[in-house]
This record gives sequence, structure tokens and C-alpha cells, in this order.
Amino acid sequence: MGLLWMLIAPVIIYFLVMGAVHNIGAGTKDINNAVPWVIIISIFTPIAIGLMIFGYYALRGEYDRLPESSEEI
Amino acid sequence: MSNETPTKGIAKVIFSSSLGTLIEWYDFYIFGMLAKTISVQFFPEGNDTAALLSTLAIFAAGFLVRPFGALVFGRLGDMIGRKSTFLLTLVLMGGSTFLIGLVPSYKAIGIAAPLLVLLLRLIQGLALGGEYGGAATYVAEHAPAHRRGYFTAWIQTTATLGLFVALGVIMAVKSNMSDAAFNSEWGGWRYPFWISILLVGVSIYIRLKMSESPLYAALKKEGKTSVNPLKESFGHKNNFKMVLLALFGAVMGQGVIWYTGQFYAQSFLENTCKLEFMQSRSILLWAIALATPFFLFFGWLSDKIGRKWIMLVGMLLGIIFYRPIFGNFLEKSSYKNWSEIDLWRYKKTADTLNLTTIVVNDSTTSSSCTIVTTRGSYELVTNKNIRTLSEKKEVKNITLPLITKWEFIFLIWIMIVFVTMVYGPIAAFLVELFPTKIRYTSMSLPYHIGNGVFGGLVPFIATLLSTTFTNDPLVGLWYPIGVAALCFVIGALYLNNKVDKDIND
Repeated sequence: MGLLWMLIAPVIIYFLVMGAVHNIGAGTKDINNAVPWVIIISIFTPIAIGLMIFGYYALRGEYDRLPESSEEI
Repeated sequence: MSNETPTKGIAKVIFSSSLGTLIEWYDFYIFGMLAKTISVQFFPEGNDTAALLSTLAIFAAGFLVRPFGALVFGRLGDMIGRKSTFLLTLVLMGGSTFLIGLVPSYKAIGIAAPLLVLLLRLIQGLALGGEYGGAATYVAEHAPAHRRGYFTAWIQTTATLGLFVALGVIMAVKSNMSDAAFNSEWGGWRYPFWISILLVGVSIYIRLKMSESPLYAALKKEGKTSVNPLKESFGHKNNFKMVLLALFGAVMGQGVIWYTGQFYAQSFLENTCKLEFMQSRSILLWAIALATPFFLFFGWLSDKIGRKWIMLVGMLLGIIFYRPIFGNFLEKSSYKNWSEIDLWRYKKTADTLNLTTIVVNDSTTSSSCTIVTTRGSYELVTNKNIRTLSEKKEVKNITLPLITKWEFIFLIWIMIVFVTMVYGPIAAFLVELFPTKIRYTSMSLPYHIGNGVFGGLVPFIATLLSTTFTNDPLVGLWYPIGVAALCFVIGALYLNNKVDKDIND
């Protein structure tokens, strides 16, 4: 499953960028305004990278056993 | 130690923490609820700079500044203490809210008005980012292990009760004056902002009398507080992977369920179903009032059976029932389903071309709505004359019959119960995931990304989807359903259902 989480992240970014390309300037709604897209893509990119890292950890079995106490963190 | 944490005085701890958090939510919500009026006063149409500032005020405050506030105040809370930090966030939030109510309009001071409002809105977002983690941590660190879910659930009620108070105050002010008086430059819309300073004053007074969290105080006494909470939270792999798990396995789904059940539902009733303002607000108020006790119930239940499955079942129910519930809203509020006689009268009246506004009443069900017809350019054939005119019909102010209104209250109540399932136990869940010395920082960031970013994006992505796929009026729901489904799978696979008995580590 870890691989799946790693693959979802670039797909999300791809759809966001394509959504921005298709919608910016194409009307008068918020989704046609460049500013929200810039904000959303810039905040979502590190989140998507986080999902990739999460997938990588899951792939390596890091979540197979969760810490029992904070000593392990 | 946590098992022996004294419960004496816990009611005072909960009350003082919850009151401040409730007020912060109230402050944050009233800006959004009064967005239309604020837009007219500060961000007039036709001015590109004002439009840009308006967009920034809406998007930057929720998406950028809230997570940033979580980092700034989380770090402070782990370094100097919970009490001082969430006292500071309260002062910032209350002060900026009160000042928004004092900013003169764009007409009076020009571009300085939207600039000031933007600045104050950003401070609000920053303060909100720091408040929740502090309050949840503070209560949890006072609570005994076997009642942590129940006690922190009181903090969880505040986001919904803040909405309740904000709705109630705005409705009370609005119902006591005309629309013109409410929307005027120094009119009633400013009162909810001014009221905030009284609420914040009381809350600050109460919070000043509180003492530091016992777990944090002990840590500080031993000199074991974190020197660099940001680095320890996100730079150390073992903790960072728990931050990621909290975000993708719990808070991401919780954020969209929370937002859809309370805010998207309200927006859907008003903007898509076109319900009359007071009726749509009263539907939400009833639903919130009747559902709020369930935050406490599910918090209590999570102490007995664990947090994980309560949260995940809440997500699953949202995934299954959102489309049927919203479909029902759409069907029951459509004036097209009303009696043929009334619609026929409307059509005939429209044909006279003199129509501007009419009220249609369906006597069989006591429903009503307003239909506004405006002229532009359209083609109308009357007898042998062909005239080019235009006509735009807008249906608004739909008032539902009593039985349908209660059906809507029930459906919103169900969705808020889903919210209580995912949101009630989550403070205890997050607190138990991280060590005391970096708890404030570690739990604040995923919480505000989950709620501010994933939850806050619901209306934007819904608009995006409905613009792209125009045939399905419910297509916008696929975003919260998809995010909740992803979170459900991740949570089911990787989360632990064990209640941590000792958070003093």
C-alpha cells in the first residue's frame, strides 16, 4: 500500500496544476482567479511531499509497530 | 503520574479553556458569515487591488496563516508554557476582531480599509492556529487517563458552539433592525465584532487565574523542556512519521467531515437550495443544539473502547450518506416539485413581461419562494410579432413547510453527529500521540492542515468540480468523500486503537 500513497501525491499535484491551467482566466468565479490557485498549490505541494514520505515509511514497514511510549519517539 | 492526576478543579480548567476557545471560534466565524456585507464595505467591486486583497483575506487566512500560527504558537507553547501562549492567542484574536469592527469603510479611507481588514484577518488566522493545540493540551494534561477523551471533548464542542453563538448573535442583531440598517456603513453588522471584546475580556480574566499545566510545569522544573520544538517535531524521523500518520490517518478525514457537515451544508442550503436566510440559519441552529451533546458522548465512549474506530466509523458514515442526504435537500427544496397551479400562474405572469418580483405560495404545503425576473435580451414570439428581449429568472428565499424544515434539521443533525464522532475523540487521540515536551507543536500542525487546508478547501474544490462536471449538482461532494475514504483506509491500516494511559513522557 505504501507505493499507492507515494503515487497518489504526484497525481494530486498534477490535477491541481491542470485545474489551474484550465480555469485561471476562464470566468469570474474564485476558481478563475490565479491567487487562490497559487496559494493552494504552494500549500499542497509540501503536503503531497509529506504523503510521499508517509508512503515511503509505510513501504518500509515503519508503521507496522507503533511506539508504545514517548521514549521510543 | 497521569493516572493520579487530581481531578479536583478540572471543571474550572475545562470551563476556562473551553470558553476562550469558543470565543476564538466565534471571532473567526463572524468574519466568514458576514463576508457579503464586509465585501461591500471594504472590498468594492470593480477595484482590482481590493479584489486581490479580498481573495487573500479569504484564502490566505485559512490555508497559509493557520498552519503557520500552529508552528509559531506551538513552538512558544512548548518553550514557555501552555498558559501564557494560549492567553496570547486569545488577546490577538479578540483584539483583531474588535478592530475589524472599527475599521472605516472603503468609501471613507480608500485602500487603507481593505489593507487593514486583511492584516487583522491574517492575525485572526494566526491566533486560531495557536489556540486549539494549547487548549486541548492544557485540558488533557490536567485530565486523568481514564477520562481524557471525555474531558477534552469539552474543548471539541467549542468549534461547533462557536458557530452556534456566531449564528445566534448575527440572527439576533439582524432580526432587530432593517436590512438597510444592518448593512449600512456603521450598521448592525459591526455589533458582533464589538461584542467580541466583552467576551474576550471575561475570558482573559478567567484564564489569568489559571495555573500552568501540571505535566508541563513538572517538565520545566526538571529542565527537560524542548530547546527546539520545531526541529524535534519535524526533524526527528520517529516523531515526524507520527505527525504524518496523524494527518493522513485521522485529521485529514476529520477536517472534511467537519467542514461538510457544518459549513458546506449551510452554504448548500443557502446558495444551491436557495432557502430563506432566517430559515436556513434556524435549521442549522436546531441541528447544532441537538447534536452538540454527542461530542461529549463520543469523547466518553472513546475512553471505554478506544478512539480509532469511533473516528473511522464517523468518516465511513459520511462517505456513505453524504450524497443521499444532499440529494434529499435538493429535491425537497425545489420549487419545481410544488403544485402545478402555482407554477402555471408564475409562467403566465412572466409572459406579461411586466414581472420583476413575485412571491409564489403553495397553499397545499405552506411553502413559498420569491421569483425575480429581470430583462436583458431574449427572443419572445407573441402572435406575429418577434421581439428581442432578455429574461433571467432567479428563485430565492424559498421557505419550506414545517414538516420539511424538521426533516432538514434531522438530516443536518445526522451529519453533525458524524462530525461529533470524528471530532469528539480527536483531541485525546492527538495528545496521546506525542511527548509532552513537543506536544503543542506536533499536534497543532496536522490539526490545522487537516481542518484549515483539507476542510477549508471543500467549497473551492466543490465549485471546481461543479464547473467541470455540470450535469451532477452533487458532484462537489466527491472531494470530501474521496478525502475521507483515503483517510479511512490509511487510518484503518495503520492507526492504533490503544488508549495511552501515560502521557507524562
